[in-house]
Amino acid sequence: MDSLLEKYIGVIEATRDKRIAQAMPLMREADKEHLLTAHHPDYRKEAYRPIAFGPNQGEETVHELAALLEADSPLSVAPAGLAKPDFEVDVLILGGGGAGATAALMARELGASVMIATKLRLGDSNTVMAEGGVQVAVKEDDSPIQHFVDAMHGGHYKNDPRLLKVMVEDAPFSINWLDSLGVLFDRDADGNLKVKKGGGTSRARLLACKDYTGLDMMRVLKDTVLNTEGIQIMEFAPAIELLTNSNGQVTGAVLQNLDVDQRIVVRAKSVIMATGGIGRLHIQNFPTSNHFGATGDALPLCYRLGARLAFPGTFQYHPTGAIYPEQMAGLLVTEAIRSGGAHLINRNGERFVNELEARDVVCAAIIRECAEGRGVDTPFGRQGVWLDIPVIDAMNGEGVVKRRYPGMLRKYERHGIDIPTQPVLIYPTLHYQNGGVAIGTEGETEIAGLYVAGEAAGGIHGTNRLMGNSLLDIIVFGARAGRAAAQRATEVDFGELTLNHLDAFRKQMKKAGVEPTRTSPMLLPDYVRRPEEAVGSA
Amino acid sequence: MSAETDTKLVTVEIMGKQYQVPDAMTVIGTMWYTGHNIIRGVGCLGGVCGACSTVYRTKDDFALKVGLGCQMKIEDGMSFFMTPFYPTAKPNYNVQEIEHPKEELFRYFPEALNCRNCNACNKVCPQDIDIKGAVKDAVKGDFEAAADKALSCVMCGLCVSRCIAEMAPNMIALYARRTWSVFYATKHERLDQQMKQITDGVWNDEWDQISQLDEAGLKEFCKARR
Ligand SMILES: Cc1cc2nc3c(=O)[nH]c(=O)nc-3n(C[C@H](O)[C@H](O)[C@H](O)COP(=O)(O)OP(=O)(O)OC[C@H]3O[C@@H](n4cnc5c(N)ncnc54)[C@H](O)[C@@H]3O)c2cc1C
Ligand code: SF4
Ligand code: SF4
Ligand code: FES
Repeated sequence: MDSLLEKYIGVIEATRDKRIAQAMPLMREADKEHLLTAHHPDYRKEAYRPIAFGPNQGEETVHELAALLEADSPLSVAPAGLAKPDFEVDVLILGGGGAGATAALMARELGASVMIATKLRLGDSNTVMAEGGVQVAVKEDDSPIQHFVDAMHGGHYKNDPRLLKVMVEDAPFSINWLDSLGVLFDRDADGNLKVKKGGGTSRARLLACKDYTGLDMMRVLKDTVLNTEGIQIMEFAPAIELLTNSNGQVTGAVLQNLDVDQRIVVRAKSVIMATGGIGRLHIQNFPTSNHFGATGDALPLCYRLGARLAFPGTFQYHPTGAIYPEQMAGLLVTEAIRSGGAHLINRNGERFVNELEARDVVCAAIIRECAEGRGVDTPFGRQGVWLDIPVIDAMNGEGVVKRRYPGMLRKYERHGIDIPTQPVLIYPTLHYQNGGVAIGTEGETEIAGLYVAGEAAGGIHGTNRLMGNSLLDIIVFGARAGRAAAQRATEVDFGELTLNHLDAFRKQMKKAGVEPTRTSPMLLPDYVRRPEEAVGSA
Repeated sequence: MSAETDTKLVTVEIMGKQYQVPDAMTVIGTMWYTGHNIIRGVGCLGGVCGACSTVYRTKDDFALKVGLGCQMKIEDGMSFFMTPFYPTAKPNYNVQEIEHPKEELFRYFPEALNCRNCNACNKVCPQDIDIKGAVKDAVKGDFEAAADKALSCVMCGLCVSRCIAEMAPNMIALYARRTWSVFYATKHERLDQQMKQITDGVWNDEWDQISQLDEAGLKEFCKARR
């Protein structure tokens, strides 16, 4: 056994029975508020600053995002392709995750010609990584209203109720659509859809494909896209700028070919941004659970056009990110393990929060334990608390962990840790962008021709999304945006391709006294070590 | 990382060149650490997208092995390179237009019958899937078993690269999973009922009531319902 675990296993095992018998009360609202203010990263004043100009001027967000919003376009001169675009399609979809694939299929179904341009390969995304499940009210004791109530409560009543109503009412239709394509959701012993309980919900309404829910969804969506004629796919070609006509309507985009130094100009009647989340900005230096391309590109790209962002200052830190062994740092330990009964315990073997509290509360509690000296140090300078997974088998019988969480089991097994018998060390990891570009019920924005869906969009989840509502919203709003964009394509002609919006943007920048020192979108984090540079600059 | 200095250094060989690197890293982490600016070959960084197939040899072992570069820890004497792309071919089908999934398997994947039992696919699979078994199940018509076996397939294509019968075992398993779900798996009465109730407007009065509420009222309504 590993020496770190060896040191703690005694106290963890000795306290297990007592912890099982212990009733962990849910926190009172006032106490929660207090805990969040004191320890949640969203409340850390020095991490925030007001945005200098644009539609969200004066609103606070984290330094990392503010810098991208105020950065210049990488296009200092107009690419030659503006006069003669490389491609013309009715609907251009930027981002090949779950929202993008869904939008593409829906737009295509309505007869539009479609292109998906994406940063990595089609399907390399946050969607494929989702483990826990997707929410839909199907049990007898549940309803769309109840689903709405829970999401509102989880989102601190900041959610846009119109968007939320649409999401919960479309939910069973979206799930039915996935089912009709061949996503294989778990069944219970009677053959009905199996539902689990997730954090922050008052009913059990989480459907899953074991702990590979996003993988099965993405695999099926990708296969369906590949099987559908009339959807062009451009991989390793992220968007670096949108194009507009003289009325400020979106008419296309410029892509960067990542294989060769070349720009690709696409003219389109509608553009859907489905570029996902922001984890790779490593806000406040947090590790992240997100895929390599999650750099929040939609935010600066849309902001430059004058699109407003909803809640640009709130992020979700997933309570249980692996911190040990070092090569697993940031990787998610599925929330289903916490909702399945695992205990969070500090270095003294004590539980310190009801594990089923909403994510932000659990996060803040873990950060508090560490800040107050009850955390556990790893040899690599990280700090965290134990997640006692073996308690699940202790309560439910041997073999349950193995059966329910095969994905987690495998990930730890690769590093010599046996989760049915060994607890693991965790700390919050940057997981989800609660806000995003403000949208209406069809994914439309304030800019004609520009639609946003998926994690890039904001408003649905208020300031805190509940587990399982994201995999749902990407399908619901991906589909809506896809249909609306295809509909628009039947109503408008191709427009002229200009960068006029950048003139306006640069004027604002100048007026605000901001010096353009960098460009955005970020596209990819830079993890390449360059020791020569470090020496040279020292 | 501060602990870098305390960590043991190991020697690895990347595409024929040797580098000294700290012990606790993955293959992809090592690529970055040694200055390789890789993009292709990197996807989820979480072991589920299959972008990062890596070919490697370990010290004093002739065998050529493969694995997922974002998950695999390096070791002293290891020699590796990452494969950025696999050209794959797949037949197109529309699940909803299929009439007899089990027979049509052979229309889309006639080579499924050619499995020669060599086990190369199973040996290479980073997810430890019995993919040979899944192909056999599919051929026998036991799509449920095939579906079950292939749940964790990350579509990395490593099995395809090794199959001596020139088939794509992962694609066959995916066909079995999708058609099993659509045609044979039990249907969900509750889901149908929910859709019907929504279409029938069962909750419309309550929605009307909700739409009249201001923020405080909404808060109260929700709290009372929880
Ligand atoms: C580890 C993990 C576990 C999760 N578990 C759950 C869960 O159990 N339940 C749940 O509901 N949610 C879960 N989530 C959240 C959920 O998976 C995501 O929020 C959701 O899948 C986002 O879908 P999307 O299509 O909007 O974005 P993504 O799936 O991330 O797709 C965005 C795509 O756009 C590409 N892209 C980025 N920038 C550009 C650009 N400039 N141009 C072109 N393309 C670009 C990206 O590379 C990517 O392919 C989880 C997330 C993670 C990371
Ligand atoms: S079955 Fe094939 S494609 Fe799937 S994970 Fe295993 S080797 Fe990769
Ligand atoms: S590699 Fe091909 S031939 Fe060999 S066992 Fe697997 S499926 Fe059969
Ligand atoms: S990068 Fe996705 S499996 Fe390795």
